[in-house]
Amino acid sequence: MKILVCISHVPDTTSKINFTEDNTKFDTNGVQFVINPNDEFGLTRAIWFKEKQGASVTVVNVGGSETEPTLRKALAIGADEAIRVNAEATDGFFVAKQLAKVVEDGDFDLIIAGRESIDYNGGMVPGMLASLTNANFINTCIGLEVNGDTATATREIDGGKETLKTSLPLVIGAQKGLVEESDLRIPNMRGIMMARKKQLTVLEPVEANQETKAVQFEKPAPKGEVKLISPDNVDELVNLLHNEAKVI
Amino acid sequence: MKPDLFEAPDYFNIDDLLSEEHKLVRDAARSWVKREISPIIEEYAQKAEFPKQIINGLAEIGAFGPYIPEEYGGAGLDQISYGLIMQEIERGDSGVRSTASVQSSLVMYPIWKYGSEEQRQKYLPKLATGEFMGCFGLTEPDHGSNPGGMITNFKDKGDHYLLNGAKMWISNAPFADIAIVWAKNEEGRIHGLIVERGMEGFSTPETHNKWSLRASSTGELIFDNVQVPKTNLLPGKSGLGAPLGCLDSARYGIAWGAIGAAMDCYDTALRYAKERIQFDKPIAATQLQQKKLAEMLTEITKAQLMALRLGQLKNENKATTAQISMAKRNNVDMALKIAREARQVLGGMGITGEYSIMRHMMNLESVITYEGTHDIHLLITGADITGMPAFK
Repeated sequence: MKILVCISHVPDTTSKINFTEDNTKFDTNGVQFVINPNDEFGLTRAIWFKEKQGASVTVVNVGGSETEPTLRKALAIGADEAIRVNAEATDGFFVAKQLAKVVEDGDFDLIIAGRESIDYNGGMVPGMLASLTNANFINTCIGLEVNGDTATATREIDGGKETLKTSLPLVIGAQKGLVEESDLRIPNMRGIMMARKKQLTVLEPVEANQETKAVQFEKPAPKGEVKLISPDNVDELVNLLHNEAKVI
Repeated sequence: MKPDLFEAPDYFNIDDLLSEEHKLVRDAARSWVKREISPIIEEYAQKAEFPKQIINGLAEIGAFGPYIPEEYGGAGLDQISYGLIMQEIERGDSGVRSTASVQSSLVMYPIWKYGSEEQRQKYLPKLATGEFMGCFGLTEPDHGSNPGGMITNFKDKGDHYLLNGAKMWISNAPFADIAIVWAKNEEGRIHGLIVERGMEGFSTPETHNKWSLRASSTGELIFDNVQVPKTNLLPGKSGLGAPLGCLDSARYGIAWGAIGAAMDCYDTALRYAKERIQFDKPIAATQLQQKKLAEMLTEITKAQLMALRLGQLKNENKATTAQISMAKRNNVDMALKIAREARQVLGGMGITGEYSIMRHMMNLESVITYEGTHDIHLLITGADITGMPAFK
């Protein structure tokens, strides 16, 4: 089984978020980047398939050379090879088009992408990629087994779980549950050393339109002042909740 | 123990000066410490026990001999990577870092630099995986800052050496499989010997009741007519310069490690000060707390730059003993002062095991003493700049 794991290079969740260029661009100054957590759950499951079922694992990212450390980490964790499509990831459609080309050229059986990246939370790429490559698609996947050409996937649905059977090729949208946080791999020294010798191929992008464009980003309003009310003064609390906050 | 919410301060974007691999190695060690050390370290420190189960993990993140060449089981990394690993481990605990420092710089380093090819092949790969743990015997009960006065000695008995004497304050001694022991021959020349556990007359009693490095195992090495095979002598170098060469490597690691302890104290104090409300506002909004926090970050930043530059020099084989002394002295002192200030920011909470600060503070009292005391390092700098040694 040939697995492709799509990796986004995203700001660490503890980063301070700021925008530049008239609030149209994310300010990367001083920001630490990590593997998108939803992708990392998928990558960890892919490595499991590699170790238990002899699958090969390729990781791919659409981005500039600054994203290579993230791919190198994926190689250190255990992916066999990496591909970087040398283009700025401008919108979901553009990225899906680039990934579709990689999927077609590489003849992959299983494509794992995070259900969304935690930077822009677009959530479009996995579905578009399945459509562009005529693959089956299961989103918000919290369990995946593959037996020959048949995949059994579990999805999270409102108030419960749904188990589906489908055939490869398959695109899944990965999330926590596919593996747990405690299953995530920390690269060990052996892995880091081996990653030095693994192939990281840089491909030029295929022509694709950017179908959406960021007009403006707005940060949430800062938290207001906290009003402390004495526990004895319930009337004042009710008054403020009713007349000022207007929540009761 | 509170969950480990550590965020590393990098006020001058020093990360931009590191390579991709440096950051990969550092971040792996950081993640490992968060997952494997932070949740357990307080308990082990309180019960004064070394958590032996972490040995395998330490080996996996490359904490044992990261700069030893790959052919001997090391990772073949540079000195900055070594420093960063030490920094991250000491961010967790100085005692755990001590175990890794000893294994790397005081056991693997002398075997690699001064050992025979047979000794390298026999010991280094097993030390790199943690299958063998080592310790280093230089200090004696009556010879600390003056190791050249040691009385531990060995006599040539034809087919073996006969070793007698005692060493004190030896990290890892109680569980070590091998000891690198420095002893004088009949002419009074210092040589290194590899002493293995199980050799008759060799014992390693544990030192109890420490208030510092409680999660690290410390002991004595006692040699009572120990017969050491002649093949266990390190042939490559003799004289006091041989053990001091090892100490240069270990002190270099400590100069980085202390930054880790300081970063943890600063980060804890900053987070606490922002959350702790007194007089209706966070104490972080008060000038006295801001002075403490701002000075801490300034000192950490200076120490980071010093360590990084020292690492560059070390990579080029240009770092001098005196430069390493200055960095060790400055950075450990910096960390100890920050631990004390950070403890005050936390008020009474700072003395509990719920936070790491007091443990770091107590650990650093050892770190400022071992591998050359604070005062001795000052004299090393003094001797270097004046040309007039003032040790005695």
